[in-house]
Amino acid sequence: MYRYSEFDRRLVRDRVDRFRDQVRRRIDGTLTEDEFKPFRLMNGLYLQLHAYMLRVAIPYGTLDSRQLRQLAYIAERWDKGYGHFTTRQNIQFNWPRLEDVPDILDALADADMHAIQTSGNCIRNVTADHFAGAAADEIRDPRPVAELVRQWSSDHPEFAFLPRKFKIAVTGSRVDRAVTRAHDIGLRTFRNEAGETGFEVIVGGGLGRTPVIGTVIREFLPEADLLPYLEAILHVYNAIGRRDNKYKARIKITVRENGIDTIREMVEQRFREIKPEFRGFDQRLLREIEDAFASPQFVDAPTGRFESRLESDPDFSSFVDTNLHPHKHPGYSIVSVSLKAHGRTPGDATSDQMRTLADLAEHFGHDELRVSHEQNVILPHVHKNDIPTVYDGLVRAGLGTANIGLTSDIIACPGMDYCALATARSIPIAREISVRLKELEREIGPMKIKISGCINACGHHHVGHIGILGLDRAGVENYQVTLGGDGTETAGLGDRAGPGFSADDLIPAIDRLARAYLDIRADASESFLETYRRTGIEPFKAALYPNSLRGSA
Amino acid sequence: MPRTFTPKVLTANDLLSGDVVYLAANSRLTRVFSDALLIENETEAEGLMNWAEGQAGTFVGPYLADATPGRDGRPQPVHVREHLRSMGPSNYLHGKQAGE
Repeated sequence: MYRYSEFDRRLVRDRVDRFRDQVRRRIDGTLTEDEFKPFRLMNGLYLQLHAYMLRVAIPYGTLDSRQLRQLAYIAERWDKGYGHFTTRQNIQFNWPRLEDVPDILDALADADMHAIQTSGNCIRNVTADHFAGAAADEIRDPRPVAELVRQWSSDHPEFAFLPRKFKIAVTGSRVDRAVTRAHDIGLRTFRNEAGETGFEVIVGGGLGRTPVIGTVIREFLPEADLLPYLEAILHVYNAIGRRDNKYKARIKITVRENGIDTIREMVEQRFREIKPEFRGFDQRLLREIEDAFASPQFVDAPTGRFESRLESDPDFSSFVDTNLHPHKHPGYSIVSVSLKAHGRTPGDATSDQMRTLADLAEHFGHDELRVSHEQNVILPHVHKNDIPTVYDGLVRAGLGTANIGLTSDIIACPGMDYCALATARSIPIAREISVRLKELEREIGPMKIKISGCINACGHHHVGHIGILGLDRAGVENYQVTLGGDGTETAGLGDRAGPGFSADDLIPAIDRLARAYLDIRADASESFLETYRRTGIEPFKAALYPNSLRGSA
Repeated sequence: MPRTFTPKVLTANDLLSGDVVYLAANSRLTRVFSDALLIENETEAEGLMNWAEGQAGTFVGPYLADATPGRDGRPQPVHVREHLRSMGPSNYLHGKQAGE
């Protein structure tokens, strides 16, 4: 795993020291709130509904046990004993006190972590496939690329004040687990016909109030051209992106208003200008970073304990069915740990749970962990013979839920339980749906339900098979349903089904929808999304709105 | 036609803890919605907002939130958001509802 260099350490400590002084001056009255707010946001500190919230970056979702233990310690010492993993591979603490935040940032720095560029109009935490470095289908590990981009974009003087925030995602496999088409820039690794590894570069994707599936700006970008090409895109966006209207400032609008061909031409021209300035330093750096991400020493050992437990224990077998994914090395599996126990808050982990995960990673997982944009934690390298022991440890910690990819594996933003921008609650809806559909979820099979508590769409509802958007209707929560969205390599935006539901009416409506799918699917192997694509929205609308369609047709 | 004024309370977040605070009588602050001062006319509301803007050392982001007098005459929140702010999150017994 990548370790901070001395330069990284100094940069982070300097920022903490500066912020400590800024907090001191805010508290003693030297700084007004208007003066202080940009400083606190630059350090990931928001003021939410009930308290401050600190957003900590987990670059490309990668952690080791020492870092996760430090997050557990922070949650216990300065918060309420838990943290919330977000859809951007960050962790949020919901209850820090202002005067404690510099100490928290110091504690993060002790474990090579920070909250820099987790807010503001800059290049945000670079996200990646949560199976990075482990997936059997991987072409290249996306993390060295993401780390190169992180280093390039950290405190980049030209891009410190962009028209709006800017999100970059990288996937190293043809299967897109990083929602690259809903990012300002998405990088999809692939190998061209000549056998060279490079990227398909996607630009102008994004969710929020104007959801857009990104467009390919460069079909094949050789790996060596990555930084100059990214710099060219950012340069063009920084120059012509709109600053007059916050809602038209994202690059998706720049692309729409200017046309992809114009943008491409401008980017390619800038790329030709700056390419000679990149004299290979970036590539040497990438090689160094790659060394730091070298694969662990995998072992070849028997898997008898795994096989015998599988035969004897149906609960273990259920866990294996949903929570394991193919690993690149024989005898190993990727273990997804669900933070979606039925009826609980999606993405939350207590300090004790974090320590359990850290211990399991240290003893049975080559000391590696990932957090996913789907708000789960991954043990990427577990030998099959150790999986029974890992499973038992997870179960004891309340982390053994066997539901990855099922109806209860719901993405939900913090919503109006915490977020100052939210227009409705998300968490109670997720909790109720997960309980309501629990008995049916194995039968239903793969299903992605995604819930956002406002149009900013942190809960990715546009790309949920079932998307739920919470709105405010005259002071009362109201929920709109979209259907058929997809965040993978076959990305598409969901279709709005019709009028919204009250919180009470929504849960039975989702239940009817799920049962309608079971009725109309061609057979048990046809997923919800496949059925939806075959039949269109009508039968699902009929299930959602039985009264309004009575007597028609 | 003059706009009709709906009753309000003045609310903000405490500078250090971020906790929700309300203006009570005699420029006192309270953390309990029903102990807040119910503001019943626009002139008073404007005056209090002007005062609040000068209290940056104590609290952050003051604004007026709709309120309605309950049966006992004490203010109650109108909007679900203000209800949640007055209670704490609905997923854990944290925040005000925990007596913190």
